[in-house]
Amino acid sequence: MTTTVDARGFSCPQPVLMTLDGIKKVDKGEIVILVDTDTSKENVSRAAKSQGWQVKDVLEEGGGYRVTISKEQ
Amino acid sequence: MTQLKNIFATRWGIIGVGAFIGIVASLLQKWGNPGNMGICVACFERDIAGAVGFHRVAVVQYLRPEIIGFVLGSLIAAYIFKEFRPRVGSAPIVRFVLGVFAMIGALIFLGCPWRALLRFAGGDGNAMFGLLGLIGGIWIGTRFLKSGYNLGRTEKTYTSVGWMLPLIMVGFLVLMLIFPQIQGEAKSGILFYSVKGPGSMHAPLILSLVVGLSIGFLAQRSRFCTMGSFRDLILFREAHLFSGLAALAVFAFITNLIVGQFHPSFAGQPVAHTMGIWNFGGMVLAGLAFCLAGGCPGRQLFLAGEGDGDAAVFVLGMIVGAGFSHNFGLASSPTGVGPHGIAAVIVGMLVCLFIGFTMRKK
Repeated sequence: MTTTVDARGFSCPQPVLMTLDGIKKVDKGEIVILVDTDTSKENVSRAAKSQGWQVKDVLEEGGGYRVTISKEQ
Repeated sequence: MTQLKNIFATRWGIIGVGAFIGIVASLLQKWGNPGNMGICVACFERDIAGAVGFHRVAVVQYLRPEIIGFVLGSLIAAYIFKEFRPRVGSAPIVRFVLGVFAMIGALIFLGCPWRALLRFAGGDGNAMFGLLGLIGGIWIGTRFLKSGYNLGRTEKTYTSVGWMLPLIMVGFLVLMLIFPQIQGEAKSGILFYSVKGPGSMHAPLILSLVVGLSIGFLAQRSRFCTMGSFRDLILFREAHLFSGLAALAVFAFITNLIVGQFHPSFAGQPVAHTMGIWNFGGMVLAGLAFCLAGGCPGRQLFLAGEGDGDAAVFVLGMIVGAGFSHNFGLASSPTGVGPHGIAAVIVGMLVCLFIGFTMRKK
């Protein structure tokens, strides 16, 4: 099951805080984070990596980005 | 392409940008800007407020081209790299009020976070209290962030909304060209100029503008932010932005040593006072206001350049705040805090705490 975090319209550090909240909740698997600025995309990706998650995919979507992060085991 | 696009947002990228800012800030002093004030976003916006007559303190009136360059450099970078995103609507009035009190706090210390670092790098020991206050204020802000504080979502909007602050800056530049400074005159057309004091000290217009444009461009690419540096360290133990800030301080220090601008002391520092507690207190207020508004004054200019209309409102709040600061006797001078500076810190803290406590979503 994929969790979705909609951080569109928020500026930093909210998207990162929301991502970290999401990570705390699911522990492993896949999380999709929706953001609307390049800065948020970079910050969210950096935060995910620092928590041992991988950035699986970054897609442009609706003038923003759909960042998919994942963690196995 | 993604790698190429983000080169300035890498660890070495942001260190390079910090180093560049540190070096050119120190050189701007050599070229004419006031002591330990190669770049100070708060002081320079205050000088702009003076140049257009929002306050009438004769020694701090100059339409600083660096600020114009910051916004326009960021705008250019945002367009080249397709990052210009016009957006607005995240509690603009709150951002305006935060901008006002951020400026009031910064002018009690006498500098924005950039200048706090530059003062420190120039040997001004008083800056230590300002930096500690800044960290304290940001720490309080992070408590609010952790408990759900946020200013709400922005909405996409018309391109012209994102162009408003850049256009205001173009207007300022045009005014400077139509009404250039006349040696020894306090007024040129509708613009006020300082004939003595820090407002009279400035690098040549073209040099200030080019440096401003370069910094605006690089800072937009790298997301350089002094408040974010400490905030991310406190919130996430993330030192990415901090490495840029550290590079700024180290390279400004090295450049100061080379050009003979390092003079360690507490007393007699340029545009500074020695009242430690209020150097600290002013920056607690400013740091908290920056944190609640999501960026240091420089970052707000760069965000405004990439289309963030809310950041633009914060900038206007700071310029109006400079008017309040000087008209009401809140701003400090080299002799110490203004007659109502201490009251202003207390009122400002109460306002920021009110905002922090009442704008939380769980």
